[in-house]
Amino acid sequence: MEPVMAVAIGLLYAAAIFMMLRRSIVKLVIGLMLLSNAANLLIFTSAGMTRGAPPLIPEGMLVPPGPVADPLPQAVVLTAIVIAFGVLAFAVVLIRRAYEIVKADDLDKMKDTDT
Amino acid sequence: MQLAVLSGFVLAAFAPLLHRWFGARTSFVLAAFPAALALWFLGRVPQVMQGEVLLLVLEWVPALGMSLTFLIDGLSLLFALLITVIGTFVLIYAGGYLKGHPDLVRFHVVILAFMVSMLGLVLADGLITLFVFWELTSITSYLLIGFNHADLEARKSARQGLFVTVAGGLALMAGLVMLGIAGESWSLTELNAVGDVLREHDLYMPLLICLLLGAFTKSAQFPFHFWLPNAMAAPTPVSAYLHSATMVKAGIYLLARLQPSLGGTEAWVGILSVVGAFTMFTGAFLAIRHTNIKKLLAYSTVMALGTLTMLLGIGTEGALIAFVTFLLAHSLYKGALFMVAGILDHETGTKDVTAMGGLRPLMPVTAVVAMIAALSLAGVPPLFGFIAKELMFESVLEASAFRWLILLLAFSAAFLTIAVAAVVALRPFFGQRRQTPRVAHEAPVSMLLGPAVLAVLSLLLGLVPVLAGAHLLTAAASAVMGGPVSVSLSLWHGINLPLLMSLVSLALGYLLFRRWDRVRASLARLDPLLSRGPEAGYDALMDKVVVVSEWQTRVLQNGYMRNYILVMILTLIALVGNSLLLRHAPEFAFDLDVRFHEAIVTGTMVMGALFATISRSRLGAVVSVGIMGFSIALTFILFSAPDLGITQLLVETLTVILLVLVLFRLPRFSRLSTPLERVRDVAVAGSMGVLITLLILTSWSIDQFVPISGYMIENSAPLAYGRNIVNVILVDYRALDTLGEIFVLALAAIGVFAMLKLRATGKASRKTAPAKEAADG
Repeated sequence: MEPVMAVAIGLLYAAAIFMMLRRSIVKLVIGLMLLSNAANLLIFTSAGMTRGAPPLIPEGMLVPPGPVADPLPQAVVLTAIVIAFGVLAFAVVLIRRAYEIVKADDLDKMKDTDT
Repeated sequence: MQLAVLSGFVLAAFAPLLHRWFGARTSFVLAAFPAALALWFLGRVPQVMQGEVLLLVLEWVPALGMSLTFLIDGLSLLFALLITVIGTFVLIYAGGYLKGHPDLVRFHVVILAFMVSMLGLVLADGLITLFVFWELTSITSYLLIGFNHADLEARKSARQGLFVTVAGGLALMAGLVMLGIAGESWSLTELNAVGDVLREHDLYMPLLICLLLGAFTKSAQFPFHFWLPNAMAAPTPVSAYLHSATMVKAGIYLLARLQPSLGGTEAWVGILSVVGAFTMFTGAFLAIRHTNIKKLLAYSTVMALGTLTMLLGIGTEGALIAFVTFLLAHSLYKGALFMVAGILDHETGTKDVTAMGGLRPLMPVTAVVAMIAALSLAGVPPLFGFIAKELMFESVLEASAFRWLILLLAFSAAFLTIAVAAVVALRPFFGQRRQTPRVAHEAPVSMLLGPAVLAVLSLLLGLVPVLAGAHLLTAAASAVMGGPVSVSLSLWHGINLPLLMSLVSLALGYLLFRRWDRVRASLARLDPLLSRGPEAGYDALMDKVVVVSEWQTRVLQNGYMRNYILVMILTLIALVGNSLLLRHAPEFAFDLDVRFHEAIVTGTMVMGALFATISRSRLGAVVSVGIMGFSIALTFILFSAPDLGITQLLVETLTVILLVLVLFRLPRFSRLSTPLERVRDVAVAGSMGVLITLLILTSWSIDQFVPISGYMIENSAPLAYGRNIVNVILVDYRALDTLGEIFVLALAAIGVFAMLKLRATGKASRKTAPAKEAADG
């Protein structure tokens, strides 16, 4: 599964970068979303992908009965998902405010600090 | 001792406090510091005279073998004495010269810091210690040249001095590092013992050139001499101290210090004697073109620095004796002359010697002091300067390389210098009384003390040369020679060639003085030629630097977001791609174990992402990003991460709602790029994607560390009492991280709230004050 995932992540990155290179702010935000998702997947797959063995310990036992998926990347990605959402919410509201003032969906018109 | 010297930094920090207590008398209080140090150094003279080399070691980080070591031999002792003795008088003098100046506190802080740095430089045994103190003197010199920072000229000169010396400092650092590598030691004493190894080493030429660049810029050798006369923008006590007696001699000190380990080779002799001789002549020649007394003295300092370099280059025993003698003589008379120049400037209000005249009856003491010091500068018996000059001529006659060239330059420089000395000592005090901007009267005692003592020393050492020769100079010359030297100085050497040269140069110099005004006028015709000198090169270089920086700002920091991203991505691709492809030949372990439903989910995910990029409607883009997000959630669930799946579902839902709510108040997608730009962006984004894929594939074949998650899995239940290991990691093992995450979210929430709130109130005022609203936004 991992090689397929590697190709998929590469495609996600490519899509994200392409969108971030646009002049439109809305497209930039979409690029940002793609990028954070791609990065999450990258971290998630970095420890290898395991089917059907979540890192849980059954009732009455001290350790999982068999090998389980690596819990550390999962914990890191969990944090990252939530932070990415915070960043996105902030960015979306920020460009909304910026649009009210600049009146254009064009980053090139936001070069000056005194618009 | 190290701590005693370094305590000067502490004293500098407390100088403002002392000002509150002692007011205008602070200078005299502070002068006690160098005076005490000078007494300590004087106490070391008997030991050092017997050929002892004192190594004072102060362990700093013993585990790393780092220590602050001071090396006291004849050479460093001579310099340390010059620094502390002249420093004492300069501080006292500054008390009079800068009396009532609003920035006197700042002056004290910086000049004390300089004094300590300079002492550190000449006493340091470690190469790195030496370099640190070297740079400190450059910085303090910069602050002192720019002391009158309201003056544009002063700021420009300060910057010039800093750039030239610091650029040399960089070369010096490279040279010192190479020296340390070649000599396999970072201690100057040890390096002096392996001179034969160093001179044969492959790195000898590069390290020599780097070290010489450092020394030549610092000591204002041609073609770097131009910063020194400009540095005269500093207050006169600074010129007397830094730019004649001490700091500009740091380069000379370094050369003298390295003479035993690097000296004597063909390159050393050739470069040093020719550059030195040329600097000597340039300084003396340029001096007579000026009427500003400080510039006259500054150029004659350039001449003296050239002489010292030349003597080191000649490098015979006689030349080295001449070197230490000239060094001492120059510090004494030039310090005195600069202070006299300051007195004249202070009391008459002008620096122009042609505007002064007939001041002798008004300032009798100053006149006498100026006469003595100038006679020493001119090299007239029985002053100490005469002995130095005789020795200089003698060693030039025994030079092994370029003898006639050096001799010619030395002789011309000598008679030009005599004219300079006459101008400085005779013009202001004799002849017709001239009206000066301020009514002249004798200077206060504090300002007369320093020059008087230095002038008397010049006379005393000239009359009884054995005082200096038998004691300090022998030890200093031995240190430069790297072996025992016997110095016996005397006024009378018999009638020989040097004496004849002295007499002829005196006569020529006097003639030049009589015709000085006419000579100056005819030399003015050379101005267009001279204005194309090295300083013009410096200015052109600075202009180029500005052009380059404007260009790079225009290209790299132009305010276009996509350009920044483009540059970053391309750099990333180049660097990571390079090391990935060239250092690790990528090896892939293909294991295509894909199940049908997984392929469907992954395919949907990729399709969602790709459709988002080509969609022409906002809704289409948002929906396809949403589809991608939900596919990712499914992937998480399929591959043993139920918590991630749940979180991703929740967040994705919220995101879609948010985007639908907000984005539809934004304009429709517009196509702003040209097809060519899109092709370029696809290429860049595509390469980035390929790079990431290769990176992931390669990283699976590399196992650098044992994962730490094994510990977490084993101890989750026994220690943290949790059965969901991911949750245990979040709230237990990495609890602080999670706390930080909560802070970030809270901040984002506050930010969102504030922006929405501002919009609500902003609406009312928009019609009336759009500008204000823009400022708020």
